[in-house]
Amino acid sequence: MTSPPNPPPPNPPSAQPRYPVRVDLPAHANGGPNGDTPDYPGDPISEPYATLTAVAPAPELPSVPMTAERLPRWAGWAVPLGFTLGGLLALPSGISPGLVLPVVMIVSAAFIYLWSRSVEGARYALDRLVTAIVTSAFLIAMIPLVSVTWTVVDRGTGRFDWDFFSESMRGIVGAGGGGYHAITGTLIVTALACVISIPIGLLCAIYLVEYGKDNRLSRWLTFFVDVMAGIPSIVAGLFAYALFVHISGPGVRMGIVGAVALSVLMIPVLVRATVEMLKIVPNELREASLALGVPTWRTIAKIVIPTSLGGIAASVTLAVARIIGETAPLLITLGITTGTNFNPFSERMATLPVFAYTQNQTPGIARNGMGPPGFDRAWTAALILIMIVMALNLLGRLIARLFAPKTGR
Amino acid sequence: MSVDVGLPPAPPPAPPKAQKAVVRPGDRIFFGASVGAGITILIVLAGVALFLFIEAWPAITADSSELPNQESLVKYIAPLAFGTVLGATIAVIIAAPMAIAIALYITHYAPPRLAGVLGLAIDLLAAVPSIVYGLWGIFVLAPHSVALSRWLEGNLGFLPFFDGPPSATGRTMLVVGIVLAVMILPVITAVSREVFKQTPQLHQEAALALGATRWEMIRMTVLPFGRSGVISGAMLGLGRALGETMAVAIVLSTADVVSFDLISSQNSGTIAANIALDFPESSGVKVNALIASGLVLFAITLAVNMVARAIINRRREFSGAN
Amino acid sequence: MAKRIDVDQLNIYYKDFLAVEDVSMNIEARSVTAFIGPSGCGKSTLLRSLNRMHEVIPGARVEGKVVIDGQDLYAPNVDPVGVRRSVGMVFQKPNPFPTMSIRENVAAGLKLNGTKLRKATIDELVERSLVGANLWNEVKDRLDKPGAGLSGGQQQRLCIARAIAVQPDVLLMDEPCSALDPISTLAVEELISELRQNYTIVIVTHNMQQAARVSDRCAFFNIAGTGKPGKLIEMGPTQKIFSTPSVKATEDYISGRFG
Repeated sequence: MTSPPNPPPPNPPSAQPRYPVRVDLPAHANGGPNGDTPDYPGDPISEPYATLTAVAPAPELPSVPMTAERLPRWAGWAVPLGFTLGGLLALPSGISPGLVLPVVMIVSAAFIYLWSRSVEGARYALDRLVTAIVTSAFLIAMIPLVSVTWTVVDRGTGRFDWDFFSESMRGIVGAGGGGYHAITGTLIVTALACVISIPIGLLCAIYLVEYGKDNRLSRWLTFFVDVMAGIPSIVAGLFAYALFVHISGPGVRMGIVGAVALSVLMIPVLVRATVEMLKIVPNELREASLALGVPTWRTIAKIVIPTSLGGIAASVTLAVARIIGETAPLLITLGITTGTNFNPFSERMATLPVFAYTQNQTPGIARNGMGPPGFDRAWTAALILIMIVMALNLLGRLIARLFAPKTGR
Repeated sequence: MSVDVGLPPAPPPAPPKAQKAVVRPGDRIFFGASVGAGITILIVLAGVALFLFIEAWPAITADSSELPNQESLVKYIAPLAFGTVLGATIAVIIAAPMAIAIALYITHYAPPRLAGVLGLAIDLLAAVPSIVYGLWGIFVLAPHSVALSRWLEGNLGFLPFFDGPPSATGRTMLVVGIVLAVMILPVITAVSREVFKQTPQLHQEAALALGATRWEMIRMTVLPFGRSGVISGAMLGLGRALGETMAVAIVLSTADVVSFDLISSQNSGTIAANIALDFPESSGVKVNALIASGLVLFAITLAVNMVARAIINRRREFSGAN
Repeated sequence: MAKRIDVDQLNIYYKDFLAVEDVSMNIEARSVTAFIGPSGCGKSTLLRSLNRMHEVIPGARVEGKVVIDGQDLYAPNVDPVGVRRSVGMVFQKPNPFPTMSIRENVAAGLKLNGTKLRKATIDELVERSLVGANLWNEVKDRLDKPGAGLSGGQQQRLCIARAIAVQPDVLLMDEPCSALDPISTLAVEELISELRQNYTIVIVTHNMQQAARVSDRCAFFNIAGTGKPGKLIEMGPTQKIFSTPSVKATEDYISGRFG
């Protein structure tokens, strides 16, 4: 469909002009379209509409036809698939797999771009190129996730045995031993952090949603909770240490110090997630309760919290998942030990992430054709950690979905 | 609209009474507890700055001979701060374009039914503990990076970043940058995805109705609409990368240098990793010096995060008004 | 440049739900055709299928033919992007691009070409389109200000200018005045009457008076009940539909007995 030059609008003489017809736009005689249109003295803005009666034809636009030669439908997936197969066939010749993938992606994108450009034109070629780039980016981002998961499972199963869950490292030199003391330590410290964080976090969220109503304190609080979420975990550890130096003296290492550090990291996560969950509770419920003469606090305790209980549970789960793998603050507040310590108020305590770290840093000596025993223990600790974290994440999301208040949308 | 129907004027409203509304004890306790919790959080945040400063003070005033480098605190922290910023910058340079592309893929390219699952997969990247990334970086990524480093030195060696000699172990700033990029990718993706999703359907349809292809529609409406959100997401990612400790501590082989060379075994350390590595064996003023470096890190991340949050909040008000 | 549209036995589905059933109609060139009928009868759906905008909604599909100038829009080699270029659309709510100035808004469609247009050409086309949309005098001094700063009626005329800037053959309007106040509505209606001289216009409206004022021909749609598909009941010159409709339902609807 070609666009012929815009014919001058006829403006038939029979038409009764509702407004004084004015000859406007004298084809940009004086210096192009930016040339000032002459002012009509005595006719200011009183008359809003001008009728186009100019005679110059409109500049012709490049035509965009309705029909177009398109690439076949299968082009989008067949091209990358073909090159991937080609890349796989080339693997036995000794090319590094790390090289094949980017080459396949770049060649596929280039091929489809050039093919599309020759058949469909530049606009579609660009569209397809962007599609290729965006899809490749997603696939590339999946590589670390798959690689991490595979590596951890592959190397972590070596010591994933009963001994690892039942023995500590007390008196162990070389192979053997386990992470029992680290697992109990992680559970104790995480539980303590929850005891500190959950009341503060939930109450703060309740304040923000139920009482704050966008007043100054709540706006500052929201802002600083967000800022707090960005505190580096090592700084949280330093803070807890600096705080307890004033209580217990220099060189302090105790479970409670680590729990305080984790709380600094956990509270903002908890507040933000809980605020979202409380906001979902329909306002009608609150108003219905208040209208019955129920005091505010009972409305919150009997209506709002029960309604969003699932969401709150999900928030807590996700917040625990966020902190249970933290290493840096525990490394400097708890240190590491070889034996089991159940008392968070005295002495060092082992935790899983720190255990993984120290086992990796001092892996011991390889013997009998086996690798250094510390590496195996480190990977098994990592495997257990990642299992806990993934399970908590999926559980949290599941709870949030199952218990979401039914809003009649 | 009151109509005068000749009724006598209504009695003037009663003067505001001095009496207070009835406050039930339950309400008072509940309100007090929740306000208290909020204020506690503000106190904790102030406490972080205060206690770090108190414990950093001995190092600031200490005699130069007591410091870890026996010179001055500034000379001690400066290379670390440099390394911190360098590693985080590489991470953002790698992660931000990737994150934008991934966010677009999830919001505008992936089949709608898959989009949720794909988003979850990206979120799980964020859930992997940093210690695991550290182990992965040193055992998997670092060995694979050696060939890349050699290639970079051979072909791009004229750039100061790839000056070499390339490290044989792969414990380089480049690998740290890549590991950090993987770790902050979900952060930037999540924010970008959110703003891209908010682009009004009306505007997207307007672009399509003008005869735009999908990419042209995205360039006309989605990208301009999401720009500030993407910027603040990238800054949040930067803040995360600046403070990341364990992955760097495990992967990076450090020396007391300031160098832009990304592929050699002589790298500047980072503040966070240096604390993790040295803290367990330090005592006396050395601990205070480490805390002083932590204070510097705190200040840097606080500034970055506050700017990012300010951008997001301003944007929220803007979009809320429409 | 204005072209006629022939719709032949068109069925429109959302997934498995049949939204519009068996519509056949002819839309004359250089005239205004109004679609009227109660809510949910498929007027807007049909309108959006005339430039393949309905398929933006996932799961929407069409059976049948829509022929413009001898070309079936749903033939396999047809490119929706090219169709939308030839068949412009104005939406219910004014939707100028918020991040663009007035000038950029009008020029937005012009930039979607394989080749670059000269700046002078773009400026001239922008001016022409704004004059054509009766908006030039109001905005000529602030072309670089954001389009979102205009009043609702001005924004809608800006959207019309944006649509006609790419020189389409057909202009579809989906309740273009429903979000506007009466004065802005009048301005847009004036504009529609003028645009009739150059374009084939199809307008969906809930406003009976508006249909009577602006349209040359009128199509009445109805549905038998919720969950049933919408159908074309009758179509004819507006005067006839509003004075002597041949179907009882049309008369009931127009005289305000339902809908």
